[in-house]
This record gives sequence, structure tokens and C-alpha cells, in this order.
Amino acid sequence: MPLNSKIPAGELAEKWEKYKSTCKLVNPANKRQLEVIVIGTGLAGASAAASLGELGYKVKTFCFQDSPRRAHSIAAQGGINAAKNYQNDGDSTYRLFYDTVKGGDYRAREANVYRLASVSANIIDQCVAQGVPFAREYGGLLSNRSFGGTQVQRTFYAAGQTGQQLLIGAYQALERQVALGNVKQYSRHEMLDIVMVEGKARGVIVRNLVTGELERHFGHAVLLCSGGYGNVFYLSTNAMGSNVTAAWKAHKKGAFFGNPCFTQIHPTCIPVSGDHQSKLTLMSESLRNDGRIWVPKKQGDTRKANEIPEEERDYYLERRYPAFGNLVPRDVASRAAKERCDAGYGVGASKQAVYLDYASAIERYGKIEANKQGLANADKATIIALGKDVVKEKYGNLFEMYEKITGENPYEVPMRIYPAVHYTMGGIWVDYELQTTVPGLYALGEANFSDHGANRLGASALMQGLADGYFVIPYTLGNNLADDIRTKAIPTDHPAFVAAENEVRERINRLMSIKGTESVESFHKRLGKIMWDKCGMARNAQGLKEAIEEIKALRKEFWSNVRIPGEINEHNPELDKANRVADFLELGELMCIDALNRNESCGGHFREEYQTEDGEALRQDEGYMYVAAWEYKGESQYELHKEDLIYDVVHPTQRSYK
Amino acid sequence: MALTGLFLILFLVVHCYVNAMIFWNDGGEKFTEAAHFMGTNVVIRITEIGLFAFLILHIVQGLKLWAKNRSGRSVRYEVSAGNATSKWYSRSMGILGTLILLFLVIHISAFWAPNRASQTMGNGELDLYGMMRDTFQNPIIVVIYLFGCISLAWHLVHGFYSAFQTLGLATNRYKGMIKAVGVGFSIIVPIIFALMPIAFFFHWIG
Amino acid sequence: MEHYNMNLTLKVWKQKNRNEKGRFETYQVKNISSEMSFLEMFDVLNEQLIAEGKEPIAFDHDCREGICGMCSMYINGRAHGPWHHTTTCQLHMREYKDGDTIVVEPWRANAFPVIKDLVVDREAFDRIIQAGGYVSVNTGNAVDANAIPIEKHEADESFASAACIGCGACVAACPNASAMLFVSAKVSHLAMLPQGDPERKTRVTNMIQQMDKEGFGSCTNIGACEAECPKGISLENIARLNREYIGSMTAGGSQNSI
Repeated sequence: MPLNSKIPAGELAEKWEKYKSTCKLVNPANKRQLEVIVIGTGLAGASAAASLGELGYKVKTFCFQDSPRRAHSIAAQGGINAAKNYQNDGDSTYRLFYDTVKGGDYRAREANVYRLASVSANIIDQCVAQGVPFAREYGGLLSNRSFGGTQVQRTFYAAGQTGQQLLIGAYQALERQVALGNVKQYSRHEMLDIVMVEGKARGVIVRNLVTGELERHFGHAVLLCSGGYGNVFYLSTNAMGSNVTAAWKAHKKGAFFGNPCFTQIHPTCIPVSGDHQSKLTLMSESLRNDGRIWVPKKQGDTRKANEIPEEERDYYLERRYPAFGNLVPRDVASRAAKERCDAGYGVGASKQAVYLDYASAIERYGKIEANKQGLANADKATIIALGKDVVKEKYGNLFEMYEKITGENPYEVPMRIYPAVHYTMGGIWVDYELQTTVPGLYALGEANFSDHGANRLGASALMQGLADGYFVIPYTLGNNLADDIRTKAIPTDHPAFVAAENEVRERINRLMSIKGTESVESFHKRLGKIMWDKCGMARNAQGLKEAIEEIKALRKEFWSNVRIPGEINEHNPELDKANRVADFLELGELMCIDALNRNESCGGHFREEYQTEDGEALRQDEGYMYVAAWEYKGESQYELHKEDLIYDVVHPTQRSYK
Repeated sequence: MALTGLFLILFLVVHCYVNAMIFWNDGGEKFTEAAHFMGTNVVIRITEIGLFAFLILHIVQGLKLWAKNRSGRSVRYEVSAGNATSKWYSRSMGILGTLILLFLVIHISAFWAPNRASQTMGNGELDLYGMMRDTFQNPIIVVIYLFGCISLAWHLVHGFYSAFQTLGLATNRYKGMIKAVGVGFSIIVPIIFALMPIAFFFHWIG
Repeated sequence: MEHYNMNLTLKVWKQKNRNEKGRFETYQVKNISSEMSFLEMFDVLNEQLIAEGKEPIAFDHDCREGICGMCSMYINGRAHGPWHHTTTCQLHMREYKDGDTIVVEPWRANAFPVIKDLVVDREAFDRIIQAGGYVSVNTGNAVDANAIPIEKHEADESFASAACIGCGACVAACPNASAMLFVSAKVSHLAMLPQGDPERKTRVTNMIQQMDKEGFGSCTNIGACEAECPKGISLENIARLNREYIGSMTAGGSQNSI
């Protein structure tokens, strides 16, 4: 099947406008007859469900958490980008588009990214109207800050809780639609399969996680808003429940998986403290605005950070990238940290960490504050005290979190940070309308592959989730459902529903009947280690080949030796986890296959064989300027389809942040 | 609770002011004059009916609240936070209120009821001052009164601030002031009341 | 900071489902590192139970970074344990020492029925939000974000109220099992913004009505909620809610518009 990305013809800047004015519409009376299923209630899911409910569609939402408000979008700290140019610093739709394409190392689709940039401003308007309390200046207008990979201030934020505030905004809009009866909400429900009728996605099989019962739900269309799959690495900044299951089921029912190996490793996370570690905690990228990153100049230096004099510190990001300094994109910053640690300059007990130091920021802010207060000859202690207050106001909650986790006071000693898996740019392949290769099945937000190429810029995930849900899907879904207005709701005793449910039941029975000796958690950890070691921050052909074999073996072991306690028809978190890990064990293999196929380095995908002399990622535009969309053909069988990326406007160059 | 409580607080002010007349130590002259006014003025007598109505309302509301709040948690905690997260008197308003109610029964049947009964039967007002002087010679009654005052004090420490909070008046700006005034009130008024039986008992006034 | 290992005795509430009665079970865990989070200690216990062929303890958790509001343990009499402004997932084991006994219970409130062990049903909170915890603005209706300036102080106050994570610790900690702090945080968040102004009267009336319907207790201003709130939501919000409520009554807030 040839991939058709359905990008509208015309000038880049006019494609979306033209699409909107010419797409098919569904009249309000017909919308009431059309049912839409939304899987996942994070930014993408909640905003889509709320917007579609407002339009009059009959919507059902499903989330595995106990409330839609728990979705992991809530954990995004730093902010959301929008090309408002409120700061008069030269921002524009084009510039946001350009930065995103460049930041993604020229592996994203131009038309999608341009649309994202052009609706970005509407998102901020919408959120403010919903009552999202963004940070403001004394004049009462919105405040902005800068973020990695850009030279303008376009990031809107609400302290270190931007994701939370945006999600609550979308959640409230969703709850309003629930109250109005337009949306029916199912919490503690997990999607376990897509139901296909005559080649179209027409429903889902979900498991009620409280009772263990399987349920069938019909929909004229199904929207996957189920987030990313970073948890395949076991340790990541994702929530414990974040999983690939919904996306993977869709993949097995015919939805192609795009660029699965594109994983973002975030540079500023709290380092691993031991084998017990269950997840990693991100420290917002905004900390790089003011903090300076360094390691000792001497290998294996065991002195405490404060005992190392200034001239013996290597501010390696400032040294290597003078133009962007500590604000280089995430992939660059992460690799540079790994490089230093691998070369023996790491700090802390594990030596797998670098310092993020606020001493100079505290002093700088202290001086400004002393000036403001008219203290002409303030002594050092006063300046430091004033500076700490300023830093506390800006980053207090992050510093507090760091102290809770590590027991160290970051106002006194530099923080220790290390990169960790954070986001997956890859995901279900979608066309311009966000429709997958399965008709009637759509993917939004992190669940799709579309906008970030090989690396996502900070503060762009929130933007994409909300763009897809608020401003894209209401148009594109209508365009497709307009042809479906004569389709009556299919009763759920249709053979396709029965068959799909039986398949799900059979798999659960199989899992429960293994009764082996090793816990699900233990398998997940082992998978994570393979992935991190061989398909993590740096990859090579040899390692990837080994990983594929190891994952296959591990999967076999899982299916013969996993131990799942409890029963099927009850609240059983171990069974939920087993279902998810079983899917990760298949996805991991595909990620390695994809990484092995992509003989180049780009963005978050760093193949050791392809690097410049000074260790920067080396793209191979000749052979790999395409989206790798994988079709499932049976266990371990994947067929590669290529969507060529055509750059009409931006001319790919070697990224440079020097 | 808040409105009836505030009304009862107002009553306490008046009651305390009138009774404090005994401290003139003039053989009860000023006190009797004030008590006569309170006992015979039409407006005051009508207000008195309101007072009882509010008192009963306060009790009924309190009981309903207590019942509702108990039914909010059928299975209790094995370990409770105790004083780590809140003050014992804030959690004990029901018990403190019950103690005050018990005290009130004794107090009313000792003074107010016989006086009004006498008035109703056309025998005129009783010598309340004299009754006080006599009653407070009994150390058991003095101790009961002291307990009554202590219960009242703790009830007020929470109740005073709580009433303002419930009415939405305890804003950040005024919260500190309300708390301070409340604590001051809760100490001063019960002490003045407590001093009455004590003063009679020790013959500081005669 | 010195790291150390410890052995602990855990007394944990076990309850098969909503209908069956629960009871405490006692467990021993060994070699717990002071670096672990409280939930990682539970992971260790569960792995141990699975290895022994026993059933692990069900508990709610998701983000494990103190923001999703899913975790919910009542630890030695304290909602989210003894640390100030901290969720259970952010509580770390350096709080405890070798030989300690820790009693862990679910949130207890009739409006939060137990689903299993330490997992409770908090959908009552969703229904309270459905009753009015939003601004009625359809997608696409918004004016430019900077069209209405909002005084920084007001915006900051609103944000402080909006920081609520809906975990239910306020209900768990309240001797009356009242949801007042949760409701007041949402009412305050929206009442302090011009966008929330048009619906402020119906919002507060409808949300309070729903709160009562769910079977939460009433607020008697005890203040345990504020002391235990992991996000520092203050009692000021309850005062504001009361003001809003009284204001809505005097101005005839209707209950029928959504």
C-alpha cells in the first residue's frame, strides 16, 4: 500500500487555511448520530473529546487512571510554545515552524509543522479563556520565557506546573461536556483491542480495571490519544502506567508505526540512586536558562563540588556551543553529558551525573536585586541571600522537589543531573488529517509520529497535544465522517465485536495460566536494561542486532515464566501491567529494527557509526530523508514503507548550535 | 452555626457586662438595677425569646452537623493524626458544647428559671444578687462553674474564629486579627465570668 | 547525606473489594534503603509477596513525581505521610529508621469507597467538577490572550488555588471527611479570574450542592486539610468559597444553568 500523506496542495502558509475552507462538513443534526471513541484523556484526548462534544458528536472517553485529570500531560513542567511574538523579539509563525523543523533535525513533515505553528497562538487564547492561570507581568499581560533550541522568548508557563494547568483546563472543558451529556466518561478502563468492521475501525474492546470485565463499545471513529511509549525503557520520566498497549493493538490491526526508534532523552533529570529505582524525575529544562552545567576538568575527581575551584571546572556546553551555550537542544545536551561521563568526568557516587550549578545565577540575581533596592555596597552574604530569594520565586518548587528526592539542598550545592528517557517522537503513522493507515482510526498527540521529527523542542509537546485536539481533529474528523452519516450504529453483538472480545479474553487467559516464577516487574526491568544499553542514547549496528535477539528470547521467557498473582475478574494491577509489558516486549524489537535500519544519526537517534569528527550527529539525507512506517505482518515480521520527506521551504543543513 | 454562634457571642458580651456590675462591690445596687432593666424591658424580653430560639437552633444545628460528619466516615482510622494536623479543641466542639449545655441547665435552673417563675406568678423579681452570694458559698457549685467557664473558653477559641471563617470574613488580611481578637475574647470573657463565683466564695465582694 | 538500610514492620489494610470487610495484615520488609521513595519500598514488598506466591498489595500511583494526585496512602495517621507539602510518592525512606512499624490505611470516607486494599474510588471529585468547575467557553470562542490584562497578584493567587491536584488528602485528613478544601480551591481559582466571573454564582451553588449529594461531611474549620494538603492550598480558599456562596444566595444564584 503506498502511503498517502494527503498534504493539501498549495503554498505552505495557505495549506491549512485552504483545507479548512474546503473540507466537508457534517450538519448538527447528523453529528448527534455520530459516535466517537477517544482513548486516553491527556491534553490531546481531553481537548479532542471536549471540542467534539461541543460540536455535538456523541463521544465516549476511556482512561486507565481513576480520573481523566491524572493523565501524564499533567507532569509537563516548563511551558508551552506559541508564536505570539508578545515580546517583540522577532518571533513569527514561520520562525516557530523553522525552529521546530530544524530542532527535529529535518525529519518532520513541513505541512504538519507549519499548521502546528499557525494554530499555536489560538491555543494560548483558548487556554486563557478557560481560566488557565499563566504567569503574568506586573502590567497584567502574559509572561514568556526562553527554552532550549530557540533564540526567542515564546514559552508561556504557569510556574513549574504548566502541563498541570493546561490539562486541568482541558479536563474542565471535558467535564462540562460530560455534564451536558455529550460525553460519557469511563475511568479505570483500558483499551485492549480495536474492532474492525469491513476494513474500518468501528469500536473497541476495553477492560474495566475494577471488575476485570471486558466491554464492547461502538464508534464511527476511534481516536487514539494514548501518549508515548517511553516506558519501554522501564526507567523514564513517564508515569508508571504510561504504556503502548492501545497504540500497539492498533498497529497489529493495520496501523503503521512511524519512526519507532526516535526517542528523546532529556538532559536534566535526577540521576538513578540505586537498583530500587522505579522511575526518573525530570527537572524542568527551564533550569538551563539560569543554571550552568559543568564537570571537573580532572578525571575521577572525588572532591566535593564546592571544593573545586572555578578554573578547574569544565563548562562543557558553553565551551562546545558558544552561541547557544547551556540552551542547546535536548538531544545535543544529553549526548554531551553522556560523553563527559563516559570519558570518566562524571560526578556523584555513581559517576553517572553532571553538575547543574546555580551559584552564579544566585549571585547575578542578587546583584540585580541589591541594585533595585538601592543597596550600593551590599556585602556578599546579602547579595547571595537576595539572589536565593529570586531563584526561589522562579524555581522554588523544582528546588524543593530536588531536595525531597535527594536530600541535598540545591541552594547550597550544585544539583546532580543525568539524561533520562522522556518522550517518544515516534508513534502511529498518520496523514495530514491525523488518520492512521486504518480508516476511521486516528492518532493524536504523543501517540502519533507527526510533528517533531527526530527530536522535539522543549515546550512543544503541550502545544502539539492541544493543537491536535482543539484545532485539527474537529475539522479533519468531520471531513471524513461526512461520508459516514448513513452508517447506523453497529450493534455490539456483531460478529466482529464477538471475535475481538474473544481474542482479548483468550490472551488474558493465556497470561494468567502461565503461572511461572518471575514477576512482571522483573521482566520489564530486564527489557528496560536491554533497551537503554543498546537502543538508548547511542546505538550501533552490533548492539542493535544483539538487542533484537535478546528481546526475542526475553519475550519467549516472559510467555513461559511470568507469574501473575490474583484473578482475572477483579482489580488486578499485576495483570494490567502484564498486558502492557507483553506489548512493550514486541515494541522493543521493532524499535531496534527501526534503529538498525536507519543508517544515520539524526536528532535523538544517534548511531555511533555516523558522527562528525567532533562527535556531532551526522545525517544521511541522501538515503534516509524519509519517515519509516512499519507494517505489522505477524510476530517479528515488519514491512518497511517509506514516506519521503519533501522540503519545499526549509533547506536542510547540518544543524549547528555553535 | 456561625450566625447563631455570633449572636450567642453578642449575648455573652451583654451578660458579662451586666453581671460584672457586681464588681462595684456596692452590695449589688448597680447590678440589681441592670438586672431589673434586663428582666423587665419589653425589647429585652422579646430578644430573650430570640436568644433561646438561637440557642436551641445552635444546638440543633450542632447535632445535625455532628451526625452528618460522623456519617461521612463509617470505618474509622486505626491511627489518627491527633494534634499533628489540628487543635484538639477544634475537633472537640461537640463535646465542649455538650459540657456547656449541661452547665447551662444547672445555671438556668439556679437563677433565670426561678426568677422568671416568680415574675410570672406575680411575685416580682427575686434578689438575684443575694442568690448569687448564697449559691456561690458551695464549693461544688463553684467548681462546676469554673468547669463551665473553661469549656466556654475552649469552645470560643475555635468558635469565634470559625464563625468569621464560615461567613467568609477571615481573609488573609484580617485572619490574624480575627484570631487574636478571638483568643483575647475567649480568655477575658470566661475569666470575668469565672471571677464571679470565686469572688463571692472568697468574700472579695459581699 | 548518609545512606543506610533498615528493616521495617508494615501493618497494611487489605480489603478484597468494595463489599467485603477489610482487615490489617502485618508484613516484614528487609534492607530498605534510605534513598528509596515510600512507594519504591512498597514495590519491594510486592515483589517479595509475589515471589512468596502471595497476593501483592493494590495501591494507586502513577506519575511518582507529586503532581498527578493518584497516590493516596494514610501513613501512621497522616495523609501522604508526615512530610509537609508532600505526596506519598515523594516521601522518602530517610524519614524512617531501622525497626520502625508503619501503619498504612486507605483514604477513609464514605464518599471514597474502597475498591481494593489501599485503592479508593474518587469519582465524586469528577462529579463535583461536572457540576460547575469550569468556564463555559467552546473551542474557538476565545479572544486574544492579552485582551484582558489580569493583575499579577490576582493571577498568582488564582494559580495558587489552581495548584490543587485532586488527590483527596483534604478529605482523608478531615475529621469530618469534608471536601470543602477541594471545592473551594476550584471555586477560588475561577472566581479570581475575569474569565470565571460570569458563572461564579451558579458555579458555587451547584458545586456545593453536588458536594453535599456525594456524602462528604461538612466543614467545621478544623484546618487539618490545610495542614495535610501536598500543594499548600490554604484555608483562605474556604473563606472565599463561603463568601462566594453567601454572595450567590443574596444575589439569587440559580441552579439550572450549565
